[in-house]
Amino acid sequence: MIDRDELLHVARLARLALDEDELQTTAAELSSILDHVATIDELDLEGIEPTAHIGDVEDSLRADQVARSLPREVALAPAPAIRDDGFLVPSPQGE
Amino acid sequence: MADDIQALSAAAAAAAIADGGLARAELFEHYRARAAADELNAFTWVAEDEPTVINGPLGGVPLAVKDLFCTEGIPSQAGSKILERYCPPYTATAVANLAAAGAPLLGKTNQDEFAMGSSNENSAYGPVLNPWDRSRVPGGSSGGSAAAVAAGLAPWALGTDTGGSIRQPASLCGIVGLKPTYGAVSRYGMIAFASSLDSAGPLTRDVTDAALFYRNLVGRDSADATSVAFPGPIDLPTSERLDGITLAVPTALVDGEGIEAGVRESFEASLETARELGATIVGCEIPSAPYALSAYYVIAPAEASSNLARFDGVRYGLRTEASTLDAMYTQTRHDGFGAEVKRRILIGTYALSSGYYDAYYGRAQRVRTVVSRELAEIFTKADFIATPTSPTVAFRLGERTADPLAMYLSDLFTIPMSLAGTPAISIPSGLSEGLPVGLQICGPAFSENRILDAAHALERAIGFDGAAARSGGV
Repeated sequence: MIDRDELLHVARLARLALDEDELQTTAAELSSILDHVATIDELDLEGIEPTAHIGDVEDSLRADQVARSLPREVALAPAPAIRDDGFLVPSPQGE
Repeated sequence: MADDIQALSAAAAAAAIADGGLARAELFEHYRARAAADELNAFTWVAEDEPTVINGPLGGVPLAVKDLFCTEGIPSQAGSKILERYCPPYTATAVANLAAAGAPLLGKTNQDEFAMGSSNENSAYGPVLNPWDRSRVPGGSSGGSAAAVAAGLAPWALGTDTGGSIRQPASLCGIVGLKPTYGAVSRYGMIAFASSLDSAGPLTRDVTDAALFYRNLVGRDSADATSVAFPGPIDLPTSERLDGITLAVPTALVDGEGIEAGVRESFEASLETARELGATIVGCEIPSAPYALSAYYVIAPAEASSNLARFDGVRYGLRTEASTLDAMYTQTRHDGFGAEVKRRILIGTYALSSGYYDAYYGRAQRVRTVVSRELAEIFTKADFIATPTSPTVAFRLGERTADPLAMYLSDLFTIPMSLAGTPAISIPSGLSEGLPVGLQICGPAFSENRILDAAHALERAIGFDGAAARSGGV
């Protein structure tokens, strides 16, 4: 069971603001999903290695050479706010 | 003439263009007009003019592309409000490969937000309707792609599959959907959901179209370090028999609860057809299958919570103005993401957080190892695993939205293959109460040629007719 404080902590980690009604419904939904997930505990997984990636891809290295990439103005174009050569964001401390 | 064009498969249309019987521009305009008149909400963007077409093996047959793929200068919104009107500065490799092979972009298709869903009801741009029955879902997350092909609004479509998102909508819409071996298709420019599971593949009217599409889609891409070269060419399927082929059926899973009687009946009839074509049917077990679902609903949200951190109001998409940087992040994400995406970000963040990592993510990754081993063990004794693609036919709009867990259970048969990274196809096996049922055939990694061949033989023998859905849609 995931409680309100725990949910607020996780939402904080995820940089996600939640309304009061979202908090209420989400806590119950997450709990039911996590209960289902907990059925994994029925399995004996002793000595079994985790799989993070399927397949036998080796480290994929290329020569360290400068290649063509998106021009700066093209990369900046979709941004909500830019100034000079960069993305513009509010101050971390506020005004 | 319009009816004649509408009756052509993509491969047949390409052949008609090649021999001069059909003008490329006429084919494009036929589908452009149908896509523009779409009443199913399958499209989120439709081309106004035919783009420059490269002469190639796909013959100028127009292509619908799931909105999860970046297309330069064209809205790529991934079903999310956070990417409303976002026009990327580059095109995904999968789309570029198909364009280079002669498939011009017809339109972008609706989907569950960031590919999270099994019904297409999680789209910020509204649900897609199933062309077989407009009161029902088309499946998801590639619901727009599946509905467009089934309704004859597009000759074929590109989709993505993370836990079943090509196969399940293909099944619910009565078309063919192929989830490739993980890594066979570049993920560059495909907006990431769960990177270790995401695969791009075709949704088509028949198996031959899927093979033609797929042979032009695969390939190692230097822009995607996890992509691999497909070992050898993809052939167009020719098989009409299944002599010497062994199909393994996971008996306990297929006989389990929650499988509709009509789905089971259609599946058993397909097995009988396979026997008549010379196949041997054997039983098998995937004891970890129920746990695979649990593991998937840890691994996919965990990876998603990390991938979706990039949507923060800084570089693209929505921004909600606020007085501090942190408030801008949290409010932007609150306003931009829908309920299911928030749910998965929270589950994923929880599962990866300090104190829970080993209990959830670590154990889920171990289950993934077990699932892969169990499938590999079956493939030492059988050529393929066969199951129904979905435990049910298309369900009614709104029927499962109140219960996220019930929605997740739609993916029971498709998730083991996603975790193992193995290829699987869904082909229509018949109708149950007037709605399509899908048959899933899964093989070991890089067995796509054999899967397509077997699917071709079964498709011919089953003789499914999707014409009823193709007359609607507009």
